[in-house]
Amino acid sequence: MKITTAQLNGELKAEIAQISGEHVADCYQCGKCSAACPVNEYMDILPHQVLRLLQLGMTEKVLESKTIWVCAACFTCAGRCPRDVDLAVVMEALRAVLLRKREGSRLKGEEMPALLRKGMPEQGIVSGFRKYTK
Amino acid sequence: MRRIGVFVCWCGTNIGATVDLETVMEKARQMPGVVFAGDNKYMCSEIGQTLIRDTIVQERLDRVVVASCSPRMHELTFRKTAAAAGLNPYLVEIANIREHCSWVHKDKAEATQKAISLVRTAVAKAARNKPLQADQFAVTHRALVIGAGIAGIQAALDIGETGFEVDLVERTPSIGGRMAQLDKTFPTLDCSACILTPKMVDVAVHPKINLYTYSEIEAVEGYVGNFEVTLRQKARSIDKEKCTGCGICYEKCPSKVDGEFEEGMSKRKAIYVPFPQAVPNVPVIDRENCRWFTKEKCGVCKKVCPADAVDFEQSDQLIKQKYGAIVVATGFDLVDLDEFGEFGYGKHPDIITSMEFERLVNASGPTGGKLLRPSNQEPPRNVVFIHCVGSRDKSRGKPYCSKICCMYTAKHAILLKEKYPKSQAYVFYIDVRTAGKEFEEFHRRAVEEYGAAYLRGIVGKVFPSGDKLLVNGVDTLSNQTVELEADLVVLATAITPRRDAAALGRMLGIGTDGHNYFVEAHPKLRPVESHTAGIFLAGTCQGPRDIPETVAQAGGAAAKAIALLSKETLLSDPCVSNVNESLCTGCLACLPVCPYKAISEKTITEKVHGQERRRLVAEINNALCQGCGACSTACRPGAMNLLGFTNEQLLAEVDAICL
Ligand SMILES: Cc1cc2nc3c(=O)[nH]c(=O)nc-3n(C[C@H](O)[C@H](O)[C@H](O)COP(=O)(O)OP(=O)(O)OC[C@H]3O[C@@H](n4cnc5c(N)ncnc54)[C@H](O)[C@@H]3O)c2cc1C
Ligand code: SF4
Ligand code: SF4
Ligand code: SF4
Ligand code: SF4
Repeated sequence: MKITTAQLNGELKAEIAQISGEHVADCYQCGKCSAACPVNEYMDILPHQVLRLLQLGMTEKVLESKTIWVCAACFTCAGRCPRDVDLAVVMEALRAVLLRKREGSRLKGEEMPALLRKGMPEQGIVSGFRKYTK
Repeated sequence: MRRIGVFVCWCGTNIGATVDLETVMEKARQMPGVVFAGDNKYMCSEIGQTLIRDTIVQERLDRVVVASCSPRMHELTFRKTAAAAGLNPYLVEIANIREHCSWVHKDKAEATQKAISLVRTAVAKAARNKPLQADQFAVTHRALVIGAGIAGIQAALDIGETGFEVDLVERTPSIGGRMAQLDKTFPTLDCSACILTPKMVDVAVHPKINLYTYSEIEAVEGYVGNFEVTLRQKARSIDKEKCTGCGICYEKCPSKVDGEFEEGMSKRKAIYVPFPQAVPNVPVIDRENCRWFTKEKCGVCKKVCPADAVDFEQSDQLIKQKYGAIVVATGFDLVDLDEFGEFGYGKHPDIITSMEFERLVNASGPTGGKLLRPSNQEPPRNVVFIHCVGSRDKSRGKPYCSKICCMYTAKHAILLKEKYPKSQAYVFYIDVRTAGKEFEEFHRRAVEEYGAAYLRGIVGKVFPSGDKLLVNGVDTLSNQTVELEADLVVLATAITPRRDAAALGRMLGIGTDGHNYFVEAHPKLRPVESHTAGIFLAGTCQGPRDIPETVAQAGGAAAKAIALLSKETLLSDPCVSNVNESLCTGCLACLPVCPYKAISEKTITEKVHGQERRRLVAEINNALCQGCGACSTACRPGAMNLLGFTNEQLLAEVDAICL
């Protein structure tokens, strides 16, 4: 697969940046995240590769990986990264992108009052919106 | 009416691309007093300066405004240009339309408006500029060098060689600094001691160099050409004249502590010489750990000393001295590893810093040069080196590259293989940086001839497993995680300035950056000068660097100091405060605000209605005044004025900018 200009500026790249608030360009590929990740042996691509592919705009490849679902969201990578990249948050953004795409907007604003009355916890609503709203 | 000339610089595209300079010139021509406006691509160039000189003569200009870069860059240049055409240099004013305008704005229309405003301000001020004359003052022909690592040693030798007196002040009991701790040095692998100790001896015997070891700077006053420095020579508790350096005292001393020179890997005594080649070879008593000073018993050293040199009664000496120039060469420390728990430093004796590795391979080190594992004194077989520990790390360490560790780690890999041909070095790195003469070749030798295995990635965790260490890393070229069993783990620890560098900087009145490295006056064109005239910088106190670069910089700092010391007199900056005695009420509100103690009081006699009257007024010592202007704001009747920046000039500027 060739890396092209179109890919380097892919649309999904901006979406992931927006959801996560992280700058993937800050990563200088030291690999510390991969070395420290407690579940790295179950991943098909390593955490630093996730960032490299994102830098190159090869977002689809990342979204197809097992890695983003293996990630335990333990934040070990984020704590160790010398460049202050919060990879755990990027992983969550990737999962969110997929969920939103797959599940669409499950929650509708107008249904909220009823749901709240039924006793759905506010936290649940917030996280539902975050996960399932495009 | 004034005859002011405005000279507008394009600075290539730096200004020209963002500011419409034709409009600026057109507007300038309409400003009060302006009789000429012209431009040039580079006003600082020969053609630009010629334009200024010729126009001053042809147009009979009496004031000059240059709209260009920051006055810090070229004010002096244009003052000289004006002086060459016979104009008093203080009649030149700079409008900074680069740093203050084109560099910080994008919108051309708005930037042009701002540039016009800045030019109008400078014109208004220039119209009120008065010719000023610089005073002359004598220079003290003596230099002070602070810190006696290789940088300080080199600077002192270079200055001493020209015949000027140099005082070399070193905080520890011996000169030599970090280089004395090193084993062999890249990229040639010559032994550090063999090239350093002769220089240390040269310092000791040099007729012009006065060595103050175990000494520190206590206070600094004065200014370029005439600094007044107080040194504290700490009590060594040994009479230097009597001591023969026999060493019986430290053999017999019963009090042991971790030796700083050996990075805590072996013990020294309370009375000690830091290392065998120390200069001076005179012991010192560490009073905090000496039983005589802590418990008032023992005194063994005094009893055994055949020369009766031990003197418990010695006290610190304060020495006051005047200097024309100061070279600061205080060197570096290593970053604190407490923040980096994953490397396990301090939790296992076989996890060491690179500096500790230097001591372990050094023939005069704690193992006599036999590189042995600190845990069991066995030779190591697999040694893992980790680059960039605390460097290039903006979250827990230092964001900068320490510059020397790629190279010394390659050196360590080579030294390891030379000591133990069956051993194997593994080097975890992010990038290998070898920009230096013969550096890349040296690094490749470590790989190709000495078989060091370089793994591109950083280590996530080091932890003990049985009598070995397990190292979890990654190789990002093959995208494989790596698990190695190591006998020794060596951390290439980031370097930092000395922990007290900022405090020393404040005492000297020189700036430090966000990491406490001393700041040079200009990053490209004045790399060995500080912002304070007469104070120069050498070695790692200014930024990470290796020995060749340190020595070159020390030579540069020495040359600058020599150039200054060679002058009989210096010209003072005439932009000093000035008292208008007829307005001064003698309240002396200015006196306490002056940070340079330049203000004093005096009594004047004047005639009022035919009667003689005596009253108090403030007086400025022009040599001490640094032109900070603090007094002029404190003065209520407005009697205190900073020449070159008078209240009238500043108010005219404010008026002009508000138009
Ligand atoms: C592990 C390691 C290996 C290295 N190997 C090499 C190599 O192989 N080749 C190479 O070229 N470079 C090497 N270097 C770099 C080299 O050590 C430095 O470039 C060099 O020592 C810097 O010298 P300096 O004089 O600037 O600082 P220092 O050696 O730190 O000297 C500063 C001196 O000032 C004194 N001082 C500090 N503060 C004060 C104060 N306030 N008052 C009075 N005195 C003070 C200190 O006690 C010290 O004696 C290595 C560095 C490390 C860490
Ligand atoms: S630790 Fe940070 S800089 Fe290093 S590879 Fe991972 S995300 Fe990139
Ligand atoms: S947050 Fe995910 S990627 Fe990061 S260390 Fe934990 S499991 Fe690994
Ligand atoms: S008096 Fe102090 S320095 Fe001397 S031998 Fe005793 S402990 Fe050591
Ligand atoms: S010199 Fe090499 S090891 Fe040291 S901080 Fe720079 S890149 Fe890292």
